[in-house]
Amino acid sequence: MKQNPLSFQLNLKPEDFLPATEEEKQSQIIMRESVGFWKDGMRRLVKNKVAMASLVIIIFVMFISFIVPMFYPYNYKEQFKGANHLAPMEYSAEEQARIDAGEKVFPHIFGTDKMGRDYAIRVMMGSRISLIVGLVATAIILVIGSIYGSVAAFFGGWVDLIMMRIVDIIYTIPDILLIVLLSFALKAPLENLKSVPGFSWVGVVGENLISIFIVFALLYWVGMARMVRSQILTLKESEYVTAARALGVKNGKIIRKHLLTNCIGTLIVTTTLQIPSSIFTESFLSFLGMGVAVPLPSLGSLASDALNGINTYPYLLFIPAALISLIILSFNLFGDGLRDAFDPKLKH
Amino acid sequence: MSDYLVDIKNERLSFFTPAGEVKALNDVSIHLKQGEVLGIVGESGSGKSVTAYSLMGLTAHPGKLLGGSLYFNGHQIEQLSEKEMRKIRGNEVSIIFQDPMTSLNPVYTIGNQIMEAILLHTNKTRAQAKERAKELLELVGINEPEKRLKQHPHELSGGMRQRVMIAIALACEPKLLIADEPTTALDVTIQAQILELMVELKNKLGMAIIMITHDLGVVASMCERIAVMYAGRIVEYGTAEDIFYHPKHQYTKGLIRSIPRLDTKDHERLVPIEGTPVDMLNPPKGCPFAPRCEECMKICLRQMPPVTNFGEVHYTQCWLNQKEEFETSSHEKGAADE
Amino acid sequence: MSEKLVQVEHLRQYFPGGGFGKNKKYIQAVDDVSFTIDRGETLGLVGESGCGKTTTGRTLLRLYEPTGGRFLYNDEVIFDVEKKQYADMLPFRKKMQIVFQDPYASLDPRMTIGDIIGEAIDVHKMASSKKERYDIIIEMLSHVGLNSEHANRYPHEFSGGQRQRVGIARALAVRPEFIVCDEPISALDVSIQAQVINMFEDLQAEMGLTYLFIAHDLSAVKHISNRIGVMYLGRMVELADSYELITRPLHPYTKSLISAIPVADPKKAKESQRIVLGGDVPSPLNPPSGCRFRTRCPYADERCAAETPEWKELEKGHFAACHHIDKCN
Repeated sequence: MKQNPLSFQLNLKPEDFLPATEEEKQSQIIMRESVGFWKDGMRRLVKNKVAMASLVIIIFVMFISFIVPMFYPYNYKEQFKGANHLAPMEYSAEEQARIDAGEKVFPHIFGTDKMGRDYAIRVMMGSRISLIVGLVATAIILVIGSIYGSVAAFFGGWVDLIMMRIVDIIYTIPDILLIVLLSFALKAPLENLKSVPGFSWVGVVGENLISIFIVFALLYWVGMARMVRSQILTLKESEYVTAARALGVKNGKIIRKHLLTNCIGTLIVTTTLQIPSSIFTESFLSFLGMGVAVPLPSLGSLASDALNGINTYPYLLFIPAALISLIILSFNLFGDGLRDAFDPKLKH
Repeated sequence: MSDYLVDIKNERLSFFTPAGEVKALNDVSIHLKQGEVLGIVGESGSGKSVTAYSLMGLTAHPGKLLGGSLYFNGHQIEQLSEKEMRKIRGNEVSIIFQDPMTSLNPVYTIGNQIMEAILLHTNKTRAQAKERAKELLELVGINEPEKRLKQHPHELSGGMRQRVMIAIALACEPKLLIADEPTTALDVTIQAQILELMVELKNKLGMAIIMITHDLGVVASMCERIAVMYAGRIVEYGTAEDIFYHPKHQYTKGLIRSIPRLDTKDHERLVPIEGTPVDMLNPPKGCPFAPRCEECMKICLRQMPPVTNFGEVHYTQCWLNQKEEFETSSHEKGAADE
Repeated sequence: MSEKLVQVEHLRQYFPGGGFGKNKKYIQAVDDVSFTIDRGETLGLVGESGCGKTTTGRTLLRLYEPTGGRFLYNDEVIFDVEKKQYADMLPFRKKMQIVFQDPYASLDPRMTIGDIIGEAIDVHKMASSKKERYDIIIEMLSHVGLNSEHANRYPHEFSGGQRQRVGIARALAVRPEFIVCDEPISALDVSIQAQVINMFEDLQAEMGLTYLFIAHDLSAVKHISNRIGVMYLGRMVELADSYELITRPLHPYTKSLISAIPVADPKKAKESQRIVLGGDVPSPLNPPSGCRFRTRCPYADERCAAETPEWKELEKGHFAACHHIDKCN
């Protein structure tokens, strides 16, 4: 008698060889959990430790520059008599007297500057200004650059040729020179604007700062425009865009729904990487004295002011400089993390 | 030692992707003698390329060999270092890729690229290498080899580039040639040229060939042995006659049935294999083909079928073949009990 | 209502191929192609890469601006380059649709399946409410063998075959009469190709669709087409009833194309005599004079270089363009 040892080993029953029902077959097919673009990207981002640490630093810097000043006991404009050039945690003679009298006095954590202003709040306000400039300028760049780039790429041909030559020309303009010229040229009109009702904010922000924004709007969007254009040029050839055209979808809608949404990953990354470069440019301009108006501080102007007493009071330079580096570094690292998470193609 | 040129035993290989483990190869065994032509047929993602690449030590990044042994021409592949592997690659075993457009470097001339392959593995001088390169181009049927040597890849057509790729692969007279879908990217008439060339070269040079393809038509004309792969397993293995005339696995049968044929009557309906390919991240528990199989049984959904042998080479992994055996044996057992 | 839904006459499509002024070169992607398709019929269009079959399909849908020729759809002029008549395409986009080759590239990765199909509905304002829009989406999905569960998923979660079904559902959503199927099966696995071909046939029977079915695989086209046209380097070389074309090809190119198809049968494959064509397809930038196939044709002589062969109806419904039909048969 010949027996199949296998069938005993597996302990088979005749029922096992009955046909399986359709439901039983289908139960074997497990549909994967639906993961959208954002969710998938976020999952990768959260796993990236460096990016998350950078994000924490960015949030912390934003917290101390936007929230803390609201309940900080000192004001960035307030000058204390006899409190010039205090070292960190040092008290002026008057304050020391009050402490001795049993009063509680909040310490000058970073000391004071030559005018006797609390340096900690000035640094906080300075980073607030720097961040605002960085974010607003980047927003301007994003809007102008992406619209310009996508229009050039989508229509192609002569439109593209002329628009990109304009970009090339703008690239050749020396930006610092233009900023200097603009801030002089705009000084008078902005002065006048200040007195117009409803435009008093111009004075607060400062003519220089406004000319910085105008320069950003005029010059710095070109890089963004080029990037968006090259992205859209490749996307435009994709079959789903052809499919949309075959369906009769209008051009504007194709740009918005198919082209821009598909380069959104790249847009986010480039924008995040643009922020530190805007902050840097602002600090640099303020350092040269072309930035925000006194008494408003920015990290650049603080560093610039500290330059005079660098030998005696090195910490006045060191603190804003370190903060600029920290902000720029963490934005850059965070941008890199975003790129890895949302735009893996770009990595290679 | 083994008298096989290639002897892969129970190879298991997984890709560890962020989304989870993909078991690309499960107990894959392949053996091949000198001068034999093996066709590996399967759909995309069935593991046919992974098998061949692992034999060359070219497993891509998240992939990891988990078990089994890979023997090739006196080498135990899985134990070799990258340095030792490099000596074998391009010398004893070479590969032709699917896309001749991207597998040649566009900045070097054809001559440069063929000579590089020759100089890397032999002690020939540059002049000798050039002679050899000319010989090779003639061998693969390229006219005016002298002129072609000086050309860049973009000056050649797709079929021509694939010939150049074959010439490079043959530079050191390998014992084994792996052809990974060598004709998929080519037009039908060019495909016919390349297939003809490969048969001719095989007869002339006598190397073994592993032909990876999804097209049963391609393997029918040139392969002696055929392995049909599905979801990282060899579901059926046999000679060309076994596979085409006596298929034992439902997938093989379905595959043969679903091929559009020219010699049928007008407007005959095709017979597809229903369902969708396996999601390799969530494979079924039992036989991977079970959810698409028309003859699926309860056991198929629970357990992977054991191997059933038919003769010396032909084997398959399908419960249907076990069913008969089980019925006869249980019948006999019942008779014996009485 | 016309019997002939699609009438294409002397279609030409050239693309700029570099050079300026007098030296400007053109890629002659499609050159003087004429055919008709009856309502409810399937015309297969085969040929090798670069033969202009895809361009033909896309030019009909005005995805490219035609260089020359005339296209009548249901007796209405879509374009007539000589008379400079061009129709407003929007109403016709509802009647003529396209299914693409690559199911990975033809679906927007950032849109859900529901939105991809919904886009077609929105453009032509086919739904008056969200509910109606959703109902149409579900109906379209069920036509192609998918279900409502799939509507909220993204393309990357699907296999190639399923994506191609979504692509078909998108084309069907506007309830077209005529669909250009642009190599819809070339990128799919063999076992899935048959599913998709059968589905195209079922949909045709159900909705009375007319197809222009483009592919490079003659054996697959044969199963779905009533008639097949063979193109070579921008020109149509033969057009006949599909059974007739496979069994009695007249043009030497068609013959070699048929014989080059690998046969999935070891014995037959060893017996069969292949006509293996030498050489490669010449560049459409600089096509050969006269008959474009002459550089690879075994029967070519001086006449083939001098004269362009005439497009003739040799037998009823069997067209071909060759000087040597008698010699090679």
